[in-house]
Amino acid sequence: MSDSTKGVSRRGFLKGAGSAAAATALLDSAVLTVREATAQITGPPVYGPGRTELALHVNGSERTVLVEPRTTLAAALRDELDLTGTKVVCDRGACSGCTVWIDGLPVASCMTLAIDAAGRKITTIEGLATGDKLHPVQEAFIEKDAMQCGFCTPGMVMTAAALLERNPDPTLDDVKEAVSGNLCRCAVYPQVFEATLAAAKKRKASQIAGS
Amino acid sequence: MTAVERKIPHDSAREHVTGEAVYVDDMPPSRGELIVDFLWSPVAHGRIRRLDVEPARNIAGVVALFTHGDLAHNRFGPSQIQDELLIAEDEVRFIGQPVVVIAAENREAVRAAKAAIRLDIDPLPPVFTIDEAKARRDFIGPVRKIARGDVATAFAHAEHVLQGVFKTGGVDQFYLESQAAIAWPGEKGALTVHSSTQNPTEVQDVVAHLLGLPAHKVVVITKRLGGGFGGKECQATHPAAMAALVAHKLKRPARIAYSKDDDMRVTGGRHPFQNDYRVAFTSEGIITAVKVDLYSDGGAFADLSQAVMARAMTHTDNAYWIPNIEITGTVCRTNFPPNTAFRGFGGPQGVSTMENMIEEISLFLHKDPLEIRMRNCYGIEERNTTPYGQIVANNQLPRLMRDIGERADFRRRTAAVADFNAKSKTHLRGIACSAVKFGISFNTKFLNQANALVNVYLDGTVQVSTGATEMGQGVNTKIKQVVAAELGIDAGLVIVMATSTEKNNNTSATAASSGADMNGSAAADACRRIRARLVEVAARELAARTEDLQPSPSTIAIANGMAFDRRRPQHGIAWRDLVRAAYLQRVSLGERGFYATAGLDWNAEKSSGSPFLYFTNGCAVSEVLIDRFTGSARVLRSDLLMDIGKSINPGIDRGQITGAFFQGLGWLTNEEKRYAPTGELLTYSPTTYKVPNIQDLPQVFNVDWIENDTNTLNLRSSKAVGEPPLLLAISVYCAIKNALSFVSGSEIPKIDAPCTGEEILMRLTEYARKNARKPQESAASA
Repeated sequence: MSDSTKGVSRRGFLKGAGSAAAATALLDSAVLTVREATAQITGPPVYGPGRTELALHVNGSERTVLVEPRTTLAAALRDELDLTGTKVVCDRGACSGCTVWIDGLPVASCMTLAIDAAGRKITTIEGLATGDKLHPVQEAFIEKDAMQCGFCTPGMVMTAAALLERNPDPTLDDVKEAVSGNLCRCAVYPQVFEATLAAAKKRKASQIAGS
Repeated sequence: MTAVERKIPHDSAREHVTGEAVYVDDMPPSRGELIVDFLWSPVAHGRIRRLDVEPARNIAGVVALFTHGDLAHNRFGPSQIQDELLIAEDEVRFIGQPVVVIAAENREAVRAAKAAIRLDIDPLPPVFTIDEAKARRDFIGPVRKIARGDVATAFAHAEHVLQGVFKTGGVDQFYLESQAAIAWPGEKGALTVHSSTQNPTEVQDVVAHLLGLPAHKVVVITKRLGGGFGGKECQATHPAAMAALVAHKLKRPARIAYSKDDDMRVTGGRHPFQNDYRVAFTSEGIITAVKVDLYSDGGAFADLSQAVMARAMTHTDNAYWIPNIEITGTVCRTNFPPNTAFRGFGGPQGVSTMENMIEEISLFLHKDPLEIRMRNCYGIEERNTTPYGQIVANNQLPRLMRDIGERADFRRRTAAVADFNAKSKTHLRGIACSAVKFGISFNTKFLNQANALVNVYLDGTVQVSTGATEMGQGVNTKIKQVVAAELGIDAGLVIVMATSTEKNNNTSATAASSGADMNGSAAADACRRIRARLVEVAARELAARTEDLQPSPSTIAIANGMAFDRRRPQHGIAWRDLVRAAYLQRVSLGERGFYATAGLDWNAEKSSGSPFLYFTNGCAVSEVLIDRFTGSARVLRSDLLMDIGKSINPGIDRGQITGAFFQGLGWLTNEEKRYAPTGELLTYSPTTYKVPNIQDLPQVFNVDWIENDTNTLNLRSSKAVGEPPLLLAISVYCAIKNALSFVSGSEIPKIDAPCTGEEILMRLTEYARKNARKPQESAASA
């Protein structure tokens, strides 16, 4: 089911529906868009409107949830799996407070349907550490005072850690670019920069020492 | 090594980075828990003609619908005015005012109930501006006045006079964790309420009052807040009371958690101010008289507006001694949600008015603005009494002004800015300085008290409970450090517990920057008494164990987890063994501490006295770059220099300074509330409401504080730091004004805050039209 459900994100659905409505009296290429959109929306298999069983691969274990297809990943994590480290703030993808990883990439879980994440590898803030061993970004956030009220922290940590996964040696500008979508009202941004760069440095040093 | 004056991580740092930290809405639902929400007035001002909840009653999942008649009392408020209603009765006064409280099994039922309830409102004329309220003379509370000297004569003999209207906008607190509460029914009609509040005691009082319960049947617990910034000082009470109403009536657990959209729409924020100012000064830039009439938009109910105004009035003098001064404060009633506390609490609105005047004087006289500030600055031995009668003691302001000028290389960079502006056709630069003198203590004298409970357990570990609420400011970390330092043990042995009215009664809000000052002092008081008893025990124990040593409490020291007699320091007794010995000797290992700030005196009617224990001070220099085609402004560099006394935790204090500055930056630049003509808020999410993000950080950001160990009036010679640095962002406002002065011709540029890109562009366009020539020699190139 994983492949067939890919691409039906909340945003994707809205975009598809919108272009379908707008395109009916337009050019051939636009008609194609209608077909594509229709296939995306109505293509098999059909889930809902009732609750559907989904297998979510979260933090290394298989979890099953029974949710309506419209349920966001954030809601499934918080309400069904009690993984409340993921925070919902603006609920429309504008603050990155709900950031989790899907297949190692940071996504806004409030803008992702749980059904879209089924069968893919989900990592939440609770799964970032390895046992008691914190991720270097987590350690650095503690050391550099990169949190105050803590509510943006899970999203911020997941974003910063994802950066190091894809770019182990980021510049300050890389860090700024990566966390530019994460809002922190306490404004610990300077400390987040310091922490992320420190984590990268430390991780590199430990890899050199370990190699 | 003592536990204070050290950078140790935030008390909950590990929990925050692992997602383990629990906020109210993270608590797992309990059996039978109901979802609570409310139907609110969609009309800013009107009379309810018909309210019919019956159609909603039969909806599956809807359990109960409550209106004002279901409350024992409906009227409450944080001040003596007591004009607020939890649930609207016949008249609605703002969009977002609760009309029906809904209890349901799930969110779908809540939504259906909202759609099914019939609410018809006959509109009444709304008031949306300070001018309208002034015209109707519709004010909240009395008009207050602070006056000194002879303002009329001083203006009559003035060399120069400038006047104008200075406006600052409303701001949403935008704490990331929206308002939330959970109420559990208990035995004997009691309630336990978990609330994301800065003021558990107020939640307790209001819940008890509205439900007709005695206070001792309501326990309010606050583990932590995902940000408060003043927005949860009074307005956390409403959701908590609604959840409590449901739990009380239905005997089922009840949870309320606002969405961010709803939170922004229904709660109040920082007060917009519109101030008439007039300033007289000499050709040397010495201010001889000031007359300021402050007007705030209080919203529909009093909330804390009177107290906010009092702080605005007592901060309009800011860092400057003014011989003849008159300040009035008027709170205007409008049909917006009641405006409330927001970090700075009126101080920013008063201080910015003064800093704007000084900037205008420097532009008018073509004189160095830092020099003008220094000339008017409060003196050390003389010219050091505020207009309300408090002496500015231990005054570090002259030193800060001198130092910031050097550190920020202000004069050289001022010249560089003028050079740049003479050459660039695409951009404008501006540079400015500003100062802050922020009074620490609640203006309301009786609020300046705190209590703390310290329990020492048999293994030597310690629990501390105070009335302080942890909302990111690190108060728990500081209290932990203070307790460890007082007891002479490692901070790792100390845990600060959730705030609960069960352990600490009649506490004040964690506000006015004073959380660590007051609660830390109360905890220190408890520790000193425990320590005194332990010293007696140690004296006996050490004497019993050491040959030829008589018990001598006066020579006992406890440090680094060991008690020893200074006469024989080689014989120690470990903290844990000392505690155990005390227990076996039936010596109490718990204590309740108390603290009341000494020496405060404030007469609200006369607006005079010494309301503050001390002042936290600072200076800043900021430089901005404006794109002349778009109006967008960037902060190129900010230098902040503060006097925060002896820092208990430099890491936390640094975070407070940078964070507060940044919030001030939002208030003055990008955060703008926009409303529909109906009074409906349009900017209720981060998609339309622009809180600062990383792109708005100054490109160069230097933060420092001076060495000052002389503030012995306060806990460990520290100073409160939560709010004062917010006001240093006024330097950015002044820098924008400075930049505009290069294109405004002979007139002094005027710009309202927030200085959004749009606002700046409008000013640039206006000045370009008026002076359709190339940027002339600046008005401020001195």
